[in-house]
Amino acid sequence: MKRAKKSMLRTLLGSVREYKLPSILTPLCMIGEVAFECFIPFLMSTRLLGHLEQAHELGVSPDVNYLLIWGGILILCAIMSLTFGSLAGIFAAKASTGFGKNLRKDLYYKLQGFSFKNIDNFSTSSLVTRLTTDVSNVQHAYQMVIRIAVRAPVMMVVSVVFAINILPKVGLIYLISVPFLVIGLALVMIFAMRTFNKIFKKYDALNNTVQENIKGMRVVKAYVREDYERDKFEKSAEDVRRSFTKAEKIVALNNPIMNIAMYTTTTLVLFLCASLGAEFDVANLSALMSYSVQILMSFMMFSMFFVMLTMAMASGKRITEVLNEESTIVDPVDPLTSVNDGSIEFKNVSFKYSDTSEKFALSDVNVKINSGETIGILGSTGSSKSTLVQLIPRLYDTSEGEVLVGGKNVKDYDLKVLRDSVAMVLQKNVLFSGTVAENVRWGDKDASLDEVKRVCKMACADEFISSFPDGYDTKIEQGGANVSGGQKQRLCIARALLKKPKILILDDSTSAVDTKTDAFIRNSIKNEIPDTTKIIIAQRVASVMDADKIIIMDNGKINAVGTHDELLKNNSIYQEVYYSQTQTDNATKEVNG
Amino acid sequence: MAGPMGPKRYGGKNTAKKGTFTRLLKLLFKNYKFKLLLMVICILVAAIGGSASSVFLKEVADVIQAGDWTGFLKIIAFMIIIYASATLAGFFQTRLGATITQGFIKDVRVKLFDKMQTLPIKYFDTHTHGDVMSVYTNDTDALRQLVSQSLPQIFSTILTLTFLVSIMLFYSIWLTLIVFVCVILMFFVTKKIGGNSAKYFIKQQKSLGKTEGFIEESINGQKVIKVFTHEKESKKDFDALNDEYCENSTKANIFANIMGPVMNNLGHLLYVIIAICGTLLVVFNVRNVSISGSVIGLSVIISFLPMSKQFTQSINQIAQQLNAIYMGLAGADRVFTLIDEESETDNGYVTLVHAKYDEKGNLTESDVRTGLWAWKHPHKADGTVTYTPLKGDIVMEEVDFSYVPEKLVLKDVSLHALPGQKIAFVGATGAGKTTITNLINRFYDIADGKIRYDGININKIKKSDLRRSLGIVLQDTNLFTGTVMDNIRYGKLDATDEECINAAKLANAHDFIERLPEGYNTVLTGDGANLSQGQRQLISIARAAVADAPVMIMDEATSSIDTRTELLVQKGTDRLMEGRTVFIIAHRLSTVRNADVITVLDHGQIIERGTHQELLDKKGSYYQLYTGAFELD
Repeated sequence: MKRAKKSMLRTLLGSVREYKLPSILTPLCMIGEVAFECFIPFLMSTRLLGHLEQAHELGVSPDVNYLLIWGGILILCAIMSLTFGSLAGIFAAKASTGFGKNLRKDLYYKLQGFSFKNIDNFSTSSLVTRLTTDVSNVQHAYQMVIRIAVRAPVMMVVSVVFAINILPKVGLIYLISVPFLVIGLALVMIFAMRTFNKIFKKYDALNNTVQENIKGMRVVKAYVREDYERDKFEKSAEDVRRSFTKAEKIVALNNPIMNIAMYTTTTLVLFLCASLGAEFDVANLSALMSYSVQILMSFMMFSMFFVMLTMAMASGKRITEVLNEESTIVDPVDPLTSVNDGSIEFKNVSFKYSDTSEKFALSDVNVKINSGETIGILGSTGSSKSTLVQLIPRLYDTSEGEVLVGGKNVKDYDLKVLRDSVAMVLQKNVLFSGTVAENVRWGDKDASLDEVKRVCKMACADEFISSFPDGYDTKIEQGGANVSGGQKQRLCIARALLKKPKILILDDSTSAVDTKTDAFIRNSIKNEIPDTTKIIIAQRVASVMDADKIIIMDNGKINAVGTHDELLKNNSIYQEVYYSQTQTDNATKEVNG
Repeated sequence: MAGPMGPKRYGGKNTAKKGTFTRLLKLLFKNYKFKLLLMVICILVAAIGGSASSVFLKEVADVIQAGDWTGFLKIIAFMIIIYASATLAGFFQTRLGATITQGFIKDVRVKLFDKMQTLPIKYFDTHTHGDVMSVYTNDTDALRQLVSQSLPQIFSTILTLTFLVSIMLFYSIWLTLIVFVCVILMFFVTKKIGGNSAKYFIKQQKSLGKTEGFIEESINGQKVIKVFTHEKESKKDFDALNDEYCENSTKANIFANIMGPVMNNLGHLLYVIIAICGTLLVVFNVRNVSISGSVIGLSVIISFLPMSKQFTQSINQIAQQLNAIYMGLAGADRVFTLIDEESETDNGYVTLVHAKYDEKGNLTESDVRTGLWAWKHPHKADGTVTYTPLKGDIVMEEVDFSYVPEKLVLKDVSLHALPGQKIAFVGATGAGKTTITNLINRFYDIADGKIRYDGININKIKKSDLRRSLGIVLQDTNLFTGTVMDNIRYGKLDATDEECINAAKLANAHDFIERLPEGYNTVLTGDGANLSQGQRQLISIARAAVADAPVMIMDEATSSIDTRTELLVQKGTDRLMEGRTVFIIAHRLSTVRNADVITVLDHGQIIERGTHQELLDKKGSYYQLYTGAFELD
């Protein structure tokens, strides 16, 4: 963390790699294209039209052969320009898409190395944006840079040189119109950007209202608040309209600025030429006009390019943040490659999610779990039950103290080895798009279909899978949208069971499953994998009451450890929860009375 | 400022129905007749300025050659007038454009939102939130682009082209013909390249959609990937998609990138050809045919050069805008589709009114809030009006219901909830518990049977009044951006702060709200993301409490809260339920134990009903469900 962070540019350019050659060839070809392109008006007016004018003035007939030769040369110039331009286009496409690919890949690989803590630092939605929209923005900007950053200035310089070559005084006109254009556009851009940044927040708020309404339509309708929401939205939309109109009116100034620059230059050039009278070659007029247009165009291009670049900067910054983030959990130098057994020990463990937060999520946790035991964990929301178990597969590192698995500190294991031995069903469960079997095979990609079926039976998932028309080949949609919450939980348990873990952690994994199924699952786990240490976090007392030990968590501390009978006798939290869930009306009276 | 397209949209068809364009124009003209007319004039003037340069060039070249100084000054004066008006016109055009576009887009947004508020719940159950949202963001944005840029630009380009052709014909038909021949040639070249480009762009969009979809999914499941040490496999899958995307996108980009230089240099070629042909025409003294009757000379050739360039650029611009117009129309189509959705129908005529007893002890309507409510029931037959006091007596008679035809979700459901009774529904997921409540508040209409509220068929009750008489607490709390106070007040908009605080106290929410950094003025965002699930639920209970409806529906209100927090919430709900008819849906049996009637639902049918004790004694399904917890003993 303390290491000086690499600059944004260097970090991003690090992803160019094998696409350096096309990245360099693009601007080179651009120079070729511009050079030939700029040569055309010059040759045209000095040779072709110039010859015509001379002949006209002298009253002789022009030399057709001469005209055809120079005409041929001009066509050759256009073809050369075309060739170089196309090459530049091809190289630019290769360079920019390749750069984008590498950038996306670097980000994705980086992300795979992230620890839970790293992931928490960025939110998932912001990570998605960084890998998609932001990369596209930077990729576009990169293409702009290698194409336009060179093209525009070269075009400008070459045009000025040719123009002054034809008529030196014309330079004076550019000296007036170009700064006017540049300063004018820059001012408009600065003002516009400043205003736009402000209104985008309003726009976000507007979209937020829509989103909340779509999501909460039941509430809106239930409370008959349609008109209230309409008024709210109408106000918000009116606010957005007013602000955007104002901002766009600022941008509208671009138009007269460009027109004034263009028209003034045209008028002045014509005026200048006319003032020279007969001394002036009329043939040169067209060349001067086209150079003037090119010079102004290249400035406009450059200013547009600048705006795009500033917009891409924000994206670049967000990408760099991810690329420069150091993973907080890495493999030890000389890792242990096997886990002895499923015993677990917490020694004076304290933990907080962020170094800066004052509150410890866990403090002074000491508990020993023997291999093969079934452990229940109970406690209210926010009592850090999930936090506790997440330390076991080293999803987070302890702030103080140590966690031992199989008698060894978790920090000494190879991460893959440790996590392969600890199967965990997370509270926030995710299935991936693919078939049911593919999803379950996350636990073991080589497992046979029989084995997949076996664990699904254990997890009570086989019955509903078999009822699907496609059985185990049923496609799971993105995010598991086509299975119910309870079915999802059972599939996730099956997936974890397939790992044949030494330690199995179920973090509130049966909350959407009915009590009967819940009991069945616990029973089959107990009977079929007796040697595996089982840790069950639950809200129902019934889910944990037959465990070997029950850990009561309260406010980040272990409040008590004991069996059902012991806790029912001595522990007030346990009693409270137990009676609230199981007592009959009579029992209520007894306890309260 | 095109917003990022959601990955799901990539596959969507970008075709527009016939008539969309006319409808769009009609909509635009309806509100902005005058401004549009003004804008058309501005575009016209600006286009004249844009195409006049070549004329000036020719005229100036002529006067220079002739050495006519006064003629030159005349031209310059004329030029300044034309340019100044073109500049002004351009300025006003963009300003008008901004006003019209933003106003129009606001109209569209408000129309969409107004419509959305009238749509039945069914619409939201059958459309993903992302798709609906996308109409507001992507489609509206495409529409904005269409109105603000594509349409005016294409109009202006067509005008410019017309002017250019006129000028060209005015000077020389021969040279005009040469320009035409070359342009037709260019047209075929671009069509060839453009066709290829389009093919690869579709491929690129498809694989972009796939890649981004994959990224989204795997980032959302990143923690699972870690737990299953699936990083290597995930990298491999990603690489395959990423490489494929890169390949397609390189091809698409190559075509797109080549298009520019090709058009540009074909323009140069045309430029050269015009010059050569022009000079040859002069050399061989070919008789010029033109409207002006002028002979081909240097000045004519000079003026044709920039015109030919402008001509090709204009054609190019139209080609580019066509795609944007297409996308815009497709967006407009989706916007119109939503606006055309069928609204929720409401034929109810029985309304809920404030009531009082007059001197004779009869119930009548009152102008002020009396705390007493009555159903006002006008009888069409004899024109009389009867008032029935609002009590909260709900009867369901042999109700059948299905979301999709032929698949009955509820079969023959009958029940009677007396005022003040608590009715609980238990049963497995999909047994039809939530459906019953969806029917009571008429989010959905029943297929067969009757539901009566205080003896009145609910089909006769105005939906808004029916719903106002029902309080509802859902599992998804759905809080809105705003302060805690605003969120509680949502239940009754004219509630005083004191009423809201009392409601919070009733719901057991007061204590924790007081402890929030800004108390009742704490701003909640993102559905109350800064609160715990339990706290959010307490606020939604307070919201229902302030509404003070005689009938309450609690749909899994406490299911995602742990039992200890639930105890807290329970105390709040217990107080809230006092004296009201309550429908409770719960997963957890401990929540429903105290209900007056517990109904056990299975596959849409009530299979058992009774009190907790009765059902336990019966040793049926409820008993099995309830004791399932003890099975292992």
